[in-house]
Amino acid sequence: MLEVPLWKRLMLWGITIAAFAAAIPSLLSTAGVEIPDDIAAPSVNLGLDLAGGSHLLLEAKEEDIAAQKLQNIEENARQAMRNAEPRIRIGDVSTANDQLSFMLDNVADIDRARGELEPLMQGPNLTREWDLSFVDTQRIVLSPTSGSVSQSVDDAMEAAVKVIRDRIDALGTREPTIIRQGDTRIVVQVPGIEDPQALKDLVGKTAKLEFKLVDDSALPTQVQAGIAPPGSQIYPFAEGTDQAGTFIAVERLGGIRGDSLTTARAGVDSRNNEDIVSITFDSQGGQKFAKLSTENVGKNFAIILDDKVISAPVFNEPILGGSAQISGSFDADSANELAIQLTSGALPVDLTVVEERSVSAELGEESIRSGMLAMLIGSLAVITLMIATYGRFGIYATIALIFNVGGLLGLMAIGNFTLTLPGIAGFVLTVGAAVDANVLIYERIREERKRGRKVIAAVENGYKEAARAIYDANITNLIAGALLFAFGSGPVKGFAVVLVIGLVTSVFTALWLTSMWVADYIRKSRPTDLTI
Amino acid sequence: MKLLKLVPADTNIKFLRLRVPFFVVSMLLIIASWALVLTQGLNYGVDFAGGQEVQLTFEELEEAPIGDLRDKVAALGYGSPVVQEFGAPNAVSIRVSLPEEAEGQPGAAAEIGSEVIETISSEFPNVRTDGNNTVGGKVAEEFQTSAILALGLAMLGVALYIWIRFEWQFGVGALFALFHDVSLTLGMFSLFRLEFSLQIIAAILALIGYSLNDTIVVYDRIRENLKKYRKMQLPELLDLSVNETLARTVMTSLTLLVAMLPLLFFGPASLFGLVAAITAGLFFGTYSSVYLASPILIWLGVTSDSFVPQETEADRQEKKAREAARGTP
Repeated sequence: MLEVPLWKRLMLWGITIAAFAAAIPSLLSTAGVEIPDDIAAPSVNLGLDLAGGSHLLLEAKEEDIAAQKLQNIEENARQAMRNAEPRIRIGDVSTANDQLSFMLDNVADIDRARGELEPLMQGPNLTREWDLSFVDTQRIVLSPTSGSVSQSVDDAMEAAVKVIRDRIDALGTREPTIIRQGDTRIVVQVPGIEDPQALKDLVGKTAKLEFKLVDDSALPTQVQAGIAPPGSQIYPFAEGTDQAGTFIAVERLGGIRGDSLTTARAGVDSRNNEDIVSITFDSQGGQKFAKLSTENVGKNFAIILDDKVISAPVFNEPILGGSAQISGSFDADSANELAIQLTSGALPVDLTVVEERSVSAELGEESIRSGMLAMLIGSLAVITLMIATYGRFGIYATIALIFNVGGLLGLMAIGNFTLTLPGIAGFVLTVGAAVDANVLIYERIREERKRGRKVIAAVENGYKEAARAIYDANITNLIAGALLFAFGSGPVKGFAVVLVIGLVTSVFTALWLTSMWVADYIRKSRPTDLTI
Repeated sequence: MKLLKLVPADTNIKFLRLRVPFFVVSMLLIIASWALVLTQGLNYGVDFAGGQEVQLTFEELEEAPIGDLRDKVAALGYGSPVVQEFGAPNAVSIRVSLPEEAEGQPGAAAEIGSEVIETISSEFPNVRTDGNNTVGGKVAEEFQTSAILALGLAMLGVALYIWIRFEWQFGVGALFALFHDVSLTLGMFSLFRLEFSLQIIAAILALIGYSLNDTIVVYDRIRENLKKYRKMQLPELLDLSVNETLARTVMTSLTLLVAMLPLLFFGPASLFGLVAAITAGLFFGTYSSVYLASPILIWLGVTSDSFVPQETEADRQEKKAREAARGTP
């Protein structure tokens, strides 16, 4: 152990200095030094609890949710009538006054129609969502039950919170605060976002993706004037596409919604270097897509995102693999943003940003200041105790500890992780583990000396025997930390990140660095007795 | 220079003589803790339970007195509030948790919001109210399930590793010690009605890590001594191992304690729960590795054979052959 080869020496110092250097921007910015923007050095992100961030208040309209609900029941009711054997013909469909009403062509179908519609009246929570009534013998009216709209609003808002959380989590461990306010509002707070517009785009866009057939029968002049043929709808092309500013008519029914995706990934088309998003349907969506494309080879279909057409390509051949590419108006950033949005799913309702502010740290400046002071006092007490107990070796442990904290901060900065209060709890634990490693080694050296071993043998044995317990303890915690990181969320993840990195830096500094220093001391000074 | 020696050399304290009474007391404390948690519940903070949010602007001030507000609102008795600067230096948002009887009662919740506003405006008359709304909890519903799943898998991984490196009895002992530490900490939070926030989850994770570390250090010495002293009785051997690691146990606990005490006494009130949980965990963890994790090995029947390679039939054949070869010159 006493001979430390040059390569090992270089490696230990190289890694130590590199990790420590990576921490310098974070340390400087904490000390209040402004870092010029052109030095693109990453520094540790601080969480909302420690540093504040951006605050958005998003609001949904209850009418939108009610309208969406009505549109769903209309589609389901039409489908039920169409799929009945034999088909039940209906007409004069209306969705005015928040209710769905339609006429049966044949009054004799009335009992069959009731039978087909009855299962649709139940909501997902096994509560009755629609009331079914008959007017003038031949007209069926579906109206929402009292309370079912507010239940739908509640469900939609819960789902929206989850979608927003998924979208922000896709950016890394940012630990946002996402809470519901009142009935139809959601508060989103994200730590230290430099670009609030990007955050608004990411969480505020609905990302409702639809595939609908283009209505070829529509007259172009009428379409541009906004007049749709019966059974069709007019959509504008999205900004940034070649046809921006023009309109297209698509068939209202019979399309596919993009909410049955399993993955969405941003990429680049190798043929023309265009930014694309490739999507994969789940098995049900894949079957529907295969059916649609097989039945309509040679026809155009429109890819519609949030009621704007991104592109209207031709089905050249049946698409049976369940995957597709979307291209049209993307750059790398917007493709990536759309991929995140499609993966996390569409928002169940349109949300508008009604308030946008910056907020200060949840803990409060004064709490953070007194906390820092208390931690400083605590650290000085630990250092005093270590040096008073182990002398020169205590000094080694202290220097190692400084490199440990610096290296941990540096690796956090490189990995673009966010440090929150739970992370600081992880910090305390790993620093404790580092101190414990040194205590274990030094106590073992004392023990070996007491048993009468010579200085060199005692030191070598001390490191060797203590290392076993240190590795076992740290690997155990590392396993726990890695699993907490993989399966936990929020504060559990914030804690685990620091734990995993910190255990590695602890072993590195408390065991490897100090062993190099101790070896150098023994080799150079050749002490006959150890003051330990 | 004379160095500090906290623990005299060659201690020989019979720790394990009292293992049965201590074990009984520990079991009773675990049961009492869970009884408290299940009957009285935990005092969930605004992170979990949601609450009432009040937004205020101090029109005559440059900067809102955030620290002062935090103390004043905390004095109302709705737990520790979240007070944030909100958009402008003189605007604040204050979130307080609601008492159970006000949850789901819009009227009662708004009244608590008004109480907060009145308390503040009695001292700052020129304060403008910008909002008084009920807000949901910060913790998503699936957080609890994901946290429990993550913790369960982590414990399984830990037990597996200890089983591979030691023996299955050691894995059981370590997990039981952890269970004890977490239970008592939860019991303490329930007993003293300390606010259970997201920070406390982090504190519990930290104390699990500390407890594991402590248990493994003691186990490592037991493993070493089991190989060294084949003939020693197990209780005696455990006492020896605990005594040999005593200097380290005291020193490590003390360093962590001196790091925590300033935070406990001089740190911010908002960190009190976190620091209290870690400090308590320090005691529980140290105690449990000596008095629970070690004696469990006796009851689970660990023997010194566990760490000695067993003689196989092939070994015996080989030995015989060698002896036979030596016998014939």
